[in-house]
Amino acid sequence: MVAKPVFRTCGLTGLKIHDEAEKLIKANAVVAIVVLAVGGLFGLLVALTRWPSVHLLPADLFYLALTAHGIDILIVWCIFFEVALMYFASAILLGSRLAAPKMGWVAFTLMVLGAAITNWKVLEGNSSVMMTSYVPMQADPLFYVGLILFAVGALIACFIFLGTLVVAKAEKTYEGSIPLVTFGALVACIIAVYTIASGAIILIPTFLWSIGLISHIDPLMYKVVWWGMGHSSQQINVAAHIAVWYAIAAILFGAKPLSEKVSRLAYLTYVFFLQIASAHHLLVEPGLSSSYKIFNTSYGMYLAVLGSMIHGLTVPGCIEAAQRKKGFNKGLFEWLRKAPWGNPVFSGMFLSLIMFGFLGGISGVTMGVEQINIMIHNTIYVPGHFHGTVAVGTTLAFMAITYFLVPALWQREIVAPGLAKLQPYLFGLGMGVFSLFMMGAGTLGVSRRHWDMAFSDAPHAFSHAPAAYLMMGIVGVSAVVAVVGGALFVLIIVASVLFGKPIKAVAPAPAPSPVASYGSEEHPSVPGTFTLALLFLTMFVLYYFVNWKYLASTWLLS
Amino acid sequence: MSITPPPQKVWFNEPVDKVELLWVGMALVWALIMFAMMPLWHLKGSQNMSNEAYRISPDVYQARVDAFVEKFKVGEEGKAKTPVVRPPAGSDVYLLARLWEWYPVLELEQGKSYRLHLSSLDWQHGFSVQPANINLQVHPGIDEVVTITPTTSGDFGIICNEYCGIGHHTMLGKIRVVAGK
Repeated sequence: MVAKPVFRTCGLTGLKIHDEAEKLIKANAVVAIVVLAVGGLFGLLVALTRWPSVHLLPADLFYLALTAHGIDILIVWCIFFEVALMYFASAILLGSRLAAPKMGWVAFTLMVLGAAITNWKVLEGNSSVMMTSYVPMQADPLFYVGLILFAVGALIACFIFLGTLVVAKAEKTYEGSIPLVTFGALVACIIAVYTIASGAIILIPTFLWSIGLISHIDPLMYKVVWWGMGHSSQQINVAAHIAVWYAIAAILFGAKPLSEKVSRLAYLTYVFFLQIASAHHLLVEPGLSSSYKIFNTSYGMYLAVLGSMIHGLTVPGCIEAAQRKKGFNKGLFEWLRKAPWGNPVFSGMFLSLIMFGFLGGISGVTMGVEQINIMIHNTIYVPGHFHGTVAVGTTLAFMAITYFLVPALWQREIVAPGLAKLQPYLFGLGMGVFSLFMMGAGTLGVSRRHWDMAFSDAPHAFSHAPAAYLMMGIVGVSAVVAVVGGALFVLIIVASVLFGKPIKAVAPAPAPSPVASYGSEEHPSVPGTFTLALLFLTMFVLYYFVNWKYLASTWLLS
Repeated sequence: MSITPPPQKVWFNEPVDKVELLWVGMALVWALIMFAMMPLWHLKGSQNMSNEAYRISPDVYQARVDAFVEKFKVGEEGKAKTPVVRPPAGSDVYLLARLWEWYPVLELEQGKSYRLHLSSLDWQHGFSVQPANINLQVHPGIDEVVTITPTTSGDFGIICNEYCGIGHHTMLGKIRVVAGK
């Protein structure tokens, strides 16, 4: 017999919360944050080793820690949190029961088991193959098994999300179209499904190769398919954290999209064009034609970049429109100045938005140019870029929404509000500087995934420019600042969940009241956002062409 | 709100504000400019990826490198006594990557072009010439041919920037570019 779903009404938001969905969201979010702590610790060890004057770990442990950091943060932390978000965006936002909660626990168990097995093998020291595990370098067979189990779990979670959309529609828990945030989660889910498919296509044969059942995996083929998972998994993050931005804008400001059509079409460009951009990672590979590289890495003429640039306008734009509606109308930026900068939900979200665009976005598109990539491939510029996307973009956005989820789901107040106020700035700005100076060191040729930039044991002598050492020093210092911010986040959230003052839902709060309709038909004026967007475009154009100029000054290649 | 269903059932027909349309237009134009830059650089620019590559077995590649070294060797250099090779301008130059060395040391002339062959005998490696900052991926089983023209002179390091195991950070080769006469 199937038990009747149990619901409660959220005292904060008036949302209808399915008991089983809530438990699953909590479980996935808790594991995500534990993994963030573990992965962050490995990250600290990596950063302290790359800080030239500290050079903490010996080489073998450095490569081990780097492998663990990559897998735990880029894959495990992000996906666990995204599963929680998918359940939230479906069951909770639609006021529906979660489809097949038992399968949700199966998915959860598989993911925990998979992550644990892969971590165990990495920590054993015989699988320091980096997150990418490029063949013919080989890891322990169980390393691949762990990743496969994790992926199967994540796939089940995706189908529970899709099932919940079907259930909500069938049981008429909402009217009309799904909310924009749920739409964003749906886009993330679709990308996740083909990401996991790519992962299965390459990791299963690689596992069979590692136990000797297949004699050879072609290294180039491996990379083409592996990046169908590796890059696309980061596009799940993009779709998910943009949904978080929209969600926070709605939660804090009652913001309504400037236009449902524009925002949703921008999301749709992701579904069509993000996947092919995984060819970004193959720009300087031999054996692939330039036309393949140019079409694919430009996301089919930069149409997915167009999508991101649109969100770059519409997310702050919807906040500006909401703030102006409330009377913050003076000048270009009163709406932004008078925003709740002391609330970590807002400050985290807005820092994430700005830095994702300016640091991660601009650098990502520029380095993804076929020719410019010649100057950047596998230098430390690359991790500089993706800390500008995954750390200050995704992770900071996820941190921001956690400050909302704890009172909403755990019904606990955030402890140490003073520290919580500071936390997004420490993590965000620390990571921002970290990312910027890694990119700087990369343009000076410092290699990524490299233990010794002094080459002390090499057969020849080579020394990097002193500026490269200085920049790697700044990278080390800013990493420490960011890690302090990250640790503070974990401590505040764990302490709030365990010891936070319970929030008593006195009376069922009124249903969320959207601010009066100021949809596109009323021509919302967002001059401040448009100014920011123009500033962004100017920076983008300048940076893009500076790189071409720099490229033109190096050796000739054809 | 973004967390509630759109108030209008047929939201697709809502008019879109000028600011949004203007921005979409600007972003689209920028996207197309960026897209055009890559083919344009293939036509007008001098730093482009080669499209020439062949399947090759590591043994055959090694034999070619050995023959090349024998023919043009002018000396030895470094802790491992790596041969130094000075090939004539315009010729085929072979560089080999393996755990954990670049072999041999190349001596090239500034302003002259060479057909540089790159391949690995074992795992993947990263050919990173510094401080010229040229970074190419090197695969086992693929003979990649790049026409390269050094425009600056001096000693350049070849850093391996694709992680290749525990000795990765010791994998450093050398290209010496002699100033043109």
